[in-house]
Amino acid sequence: MTDKVLSLENLKTTFYTDEGTIPAVNDVSFHINKGEILGVVGESGCGKSVTSLSIMGLVQSPPGKIDGGKILFNGKDLLEKTEKEMREIRGNEISMIFQEPMTSLNPVYTIGNQLIESILLHNKWSKKKAKERAIEVLELVGLPRANELINEYPHQLSGGMRQRVMIAMSMVCNPNLLIADEPTTALDVTIQKQILQLMKKLNKDFGTAILMVTHDLGVVAEVCDRIVVMYSGKIVEEGSVKTIFNSPKHPYTKGLLKSVPDIRKKSERLYSIKGNVPKPGSIKKGCAFAGRCEHAFERCFEETPEHFNLGSGQCVRCFLYEEEEAGVAK
Amino acid sequence: MTETLLKVQNLKKEFPINGGILGKQIASVKAVSDLSFEINKGETLGLVGESGCGKSTTGRTLLRLIEKTDGKVIYKDEDITTLRNKEMRALRKEMQMVFQDPFASLNPRQTVEKILEEPLLIHEKLSRKERLVRVYEMMETVGLNKDYAKRYPHQFSGGQRQRISIARALMTKPKFIVLDEPVSALDVSIQSQILNLLEDLQKEFDLTYLFIAHDLGVIRHISDRIGVMYLGSLVELADGEALYEEPLHPYTQALLSSVPIPDPEVANEEEILIGDIPDPSNPPTGCPFHVRCGSCMEICKKEKPQLVEAKDKRFVACHLYNDDLNK
Repeated sequence: MTDKVLSLENLKTTFYTDEGTIPAVNDVSFHINKGEILGVVGESGCGKSVTSLSIMGLVQSPPGKIDGGKILFNGKDLLEKTEKEMREIRGNEISMIFQEPMTSLNPVYTIGNQLIESILLHNKWSKKKAKERAIEVLELVGLPRANELINEYPHQLSGGMRQRVMIAMSMVCNPNLLIADEPTTALDVTIQKQILQLMKKLNKDFGTAILMVTHDLGVVAEVCDRIVVMYSGKIVEEGSVKTIFNSPKHPYTKGLLKSVPDIRKKSERLYSIKGNVPKPGSIKKGCAFAGRCEHAFERCFEETPEHFNLGSGQCVRCFLYEEEEAGVAK
Repeated sequence: MTETLLKVQNLKKEFPINGGILGKQIASVKAVSDLSFEINKGETLGLVGESGCGKSTTGRTLLRLIEKTDGKVIYKDEDITTLRNKEMRALRKEMQMVFQDPFASLNPRQTVEKILEEPLLIHEKLSRKERLVRVYEMMETVGLNKDYAKRYPHQFSGGQRQRISIARALMTKPKFIVLDEPVSALDVSIQSQILNLLEDLQKEFDLTYLFIAHDLGVIRHISDRIGVMYLGSLVELADGEALYEEPLHPYTQALLSSVPIPDPEVANEEEILIGDIPDPSNPPTGCPFHVRCGSCMEICKKEKPQLVEAKDKRFVACHLYNDDLNK
């Protein structure tokens, strides 16, 4: 299919450390359509960040290694590209923004310098033209006084402005795909709102597909079209935002949604999932969530469930829905 | 009749900025300016605001972890900000704190047992055996297996570490606890466990909380009354339900409408607040919020509004609710 910008097929990223092997991403498959915003949700250590780093080819090796699977970007497998070819794709066709706007900009170069560097790397333009483009993108992301701003240093800007600069930098080459790893986690709510609106606008105006990695379910509900829920290196549920929020199927997704204190009403007591988030790789057999699951039965501790397709794009990795899938198939 | 446990009067805290060749004080950051509120016995007062609004400074100044610049903190009819160190130390038994980062607030070289025993060594004269009994009791109360007593903090997950922090604060049987962002470093599924634990402990030990957080959902869930801070001042103080049902101050309104709601059906396209929080070392004249406010009037630029009772038990610092002006 051509309308898929990116599709992962059985991706496996493992870290080989002195303390053993950690399967951070274990058999993950999903795709992003053109112009779509896909949310990848999960708690710390679920492998959501490693997934995005794997796509960019930025997993540090050693200790990390992509053990298997395919990362198809516009039909071509990124894992077969050489480092030189990858460098041409990064920042040009796929770009990424990180959580910490404080640390992801170089403090000793001006904003303009860093933007122009990225433009000239991918285009054979004159410096003057690159500078014009830099000012243009800064204005595009809603930064005031773009003319002066290109001569300023990152420390002169606030957190929200720095994140706008990061977004501007990722947009300079009109990428097909933007990977945003917790882009608003370090920001205040009022600033978060501004940044989310900006990302939605860029998505609409330029048709840039966005892979939004976050732990905040509110953010997902506000901007995403589809969601992938990850737990302990695996995808446990996938579906459109509406189906996941209205009829979550996996016990983990259900628990997660019920755990969030609702700003709209005061509940007597919060629902909580018992136990702790497992370290990746600590559960060798069966479903990784079984130990915390209310509905777990014997089989859950023995076998790893497959993805069961529930129709209308919803998939769930839980034995409870095995029969339901059979029903859909009929 | 509600009984007041702690009374804060015109509290002020400024941090000096030194500069120049002589390193003299050239300016100051007004972290907290002229703050007054009361905390009733047995309630949870939530303090909410964005980063840099002075909520953590307030919490720390109350316990004198940092010294105030001006104002009073009255606990049991006594201004504790003027107590000498020795007197204050005796009082710390009743006032404890839980910090945000459970990775940084526990000594990595001490076992859980040692961490929890320490407050008893300082505040109570007990034999080692009696101390250990108390330690194991407390571990059970906060939901930690007492077999883990000999372990070190790095062997625990974030949620368990926060349980240790809470246990440590409770060891001396305090009456008042300042909780400074106790759940913001935790995952969602762990956050709800800790919030439930805090509620249970409050009932069990008859505790009074000052709960500082930036997460508006968490604040609503846990608080009885809520104070909203902006740039060192309280802009609104009200019962939790009233505040969320009908926010009065334009800042509170903007803050509440900025929160992404975990429900895709709710179209959340309301007004967004423009601009950033002003620099607290150089706050705007008049109302600190006027530069970002949609209903800014002439007077807002000149005069700082005081916190007044606009409705029954609802305090707001905004000229829109100044009756003299609107007549």
